[in-house]
Amino acid sequence: MSELVSELDAAGLHTPVAPVDATHGVLLYLEDVTVSFDGFKAIDNLSLYIGDGELRCIIGPNGAGKTTMMDIITGKTKPDAGRVFFGQTIDLLKLDEPAIARIGIGRKFQRPTVIEPLTVLENLELAMSGAKRLRGLMTTRLTGEERDCINAVLEKIGLTEHTSRLAGILAHGQKQWLEIGMLLMQEPRLLLVDEPVAGMTPAEMERTAELLKSLAGSHSVVVVEHDMGFVRSIADQVTVLHQGRVLAEGRLEELQVDPIVIEVYLGAGDAYH
Amino acid sequence: MPLPRWLLSDRVGLALLAVLAIIGIGVPILNLLVPPEHPLHLSAYTVTLLGKYLCYALLAVSIDLVWGYMGILTLGHAAFFALGGYCFGMYLMRQIGTRGVYGDPVLPDFMVFLNWKELPWFWHGFDQFWFAALMVLIVPGLLAFVFGWFAFRSRVSGVYLSIITQALTYALMLAFFRNEMGFGGNNGLTDFKDALGFSLQEDGTRVVLFILSALALAGGYLLCRWLAATRMGRVLVAIRDSEDRARFLGYRVEWVKTLVFTLSAMLAGIAGALYVPQVGIINPGEFAPLNSIEAVIWVAVGGRGTLVGAVIGAVLVNYAKTWLTGALPEVWLFALGGLFVAVTVLLPYGLTGLLRRREKTA
Repeated sequence: MSELVSELDAAGLHTPVAPVDATHGVLLYLEDVTVSFDGFKAIDNLSLYIGDGELRCIIGPNGAGKTTMMDIITGKTKPDAGRVFFGQTIDLLKLDEPAIARIGIGRKFQRPTVIEPLTVLENLELAMSGAKRLRGLMTTRLTGEERDCINAVLEKIGLTEHTSRLAGILAHGQKQWLEIGMLLMQEPRLLLVDEPVAGMTPAEMERTAELLKSLAGSHSVVVVEHDMGFVRSIADQVTVLHQGRVLAEGRLEELQVDPIVIEVYLGAGDAYH
Repeated sequence: MPLPRWLLSDRVGLALLAVLAIIGIGVPILNLLVPPEHPLHLSAYTVTLLGKYLCYALLAVSIDLVWGYMGILTLGHAAFFALGGYCFGMYLMRQIGTRGVYGDPVLPDFMVFLNWKELPWFWHGFDQFWFAALMVLIVPGLLAFVFGWFAFRSRVSGVYLSIITQALTYALMLAFFRNEMGFGGNNGLTDFKDALGFSLQEDGTRVVLFILSALALAGGYLLCRWLAATRMGRVLVAIRDSEDRARFLGYRVEWVKTLVFTLSAMLAGIAGALYVPQVGIINPGEFAPLNSIEAVIWVAVGGRGTLVGAVIGAVLVNYAKTWLTGALPEVWLFALGGLFVAVTVLLPYGLTGLLRRREKTA
């Protein structure tokens, strides 16, 4: 039986994790990436670099290619052209979604996606890195070390009191935090967070901002967000996407006075306040 | 030995196991030790009927594992049940030996009738019990593995997958109807005499088959319950509720699906293998798409994703079928369809859902 298990591990249930080489200070490289759907260029010659430990916000009007960009990084969509590297050595275009997740790229979806019939604890256990070998899945218990790891994440996302509640009955904001907690259980180097504060109350937004800021440094965090107030509260660096390319990049205060940015996005409506 | 926690906390499951233990001991006593004229005596017919229900219940449990936990609505699981049944039926055919109508020591009657001179290659080995028992697991398992490998890797899911599973069982039915396939065609395999030297007509053998069915159901239940309690069980639920989330957490969803689908097919195969000696025949009708759909209805009636519900649903619906096809045969299919509609609309969590609601309000 154990031979069968190791064979299955070799057959693809488990991918060994290669260490990420970010010695040049850059963790994620997107270079000249292009992808089109039925002739429409969703991403047009996009180049973007995310530094190691950086917290970057990506803004842009609907259809600017923000979600498609995330799909490319996480292996859901393969681009028509371009290079996508994780650190110096790992070519993300050669990997599929689970492999990319295992080398340390976590993705939070726009809509909170937690497993509702499972408890908070079980959701975090599900996401735990290292538990994804077949052998690791055939257990009904947590080791002390795993329990400590889960407790640390519970504290970080502020859900310690809700450990054994079902994820389905959590408040909207709590679900978002739980999903971020699940990403953390994967011990990622890079977190991709799609609209974390949509539908949150101001208090929840504030906590989320603190959480994301506390993650930067030890992780690189890329946040796609529409809410300008929130972007102002967290980001050092902001990238503006427009029609699949980078329109501008810099500090939010600089971008807010950039006439081109104002024209395509900031000035367009009440999203800016 | 103390019970593991995953079993201790499963009160309904323990109740099911207790019931299986009671009938596993009680039914043989009522059949063998209580004299026939006593009102409590159970006839061999009843014992076999109950054994049949237990086999159906194991099939239902195997369906619940893939449908209730992993969200794959399989409409072709009776195919694996039938394949397990054919494998064991082939063993039983080879045991007939010279006692067949044509008295051929090697060839089963239908082959002599077709004027075949030698045993087809795939019939070799089936005179050995251990070989047939192994094939009961391997044949359904291998088919499920290959099928799952292609279907899940191409990310076929939802209603499309259900339709393909229907096509699978339908194709097998058509194939097994053909005489040239070498499985007895239309008539299938029948006229079995004995297994391991024990006559299938004997009450004692029937009782043993009944006990084996109860054990197989208990074992199948425990295996599925354990699996659901492990981390793997949580991965299954994650795949059911949000396949993308599971994939972006780093799980190879197609592999998990293929493995669990294969395991489930093997359980269905065991159920079929125990079913055939009790009913005394296996024919291509067992592959009929309707059989698979019926089995899914058992699970829906009992309540999916509970395992115990699958057992309850299988036994109740089949009891109703036995009774209705006797009393009002033309009504049965309408009753079955009506039942499915009623359960879907009124009891989305099935009968066990009703139980749980009662528990919550109490």
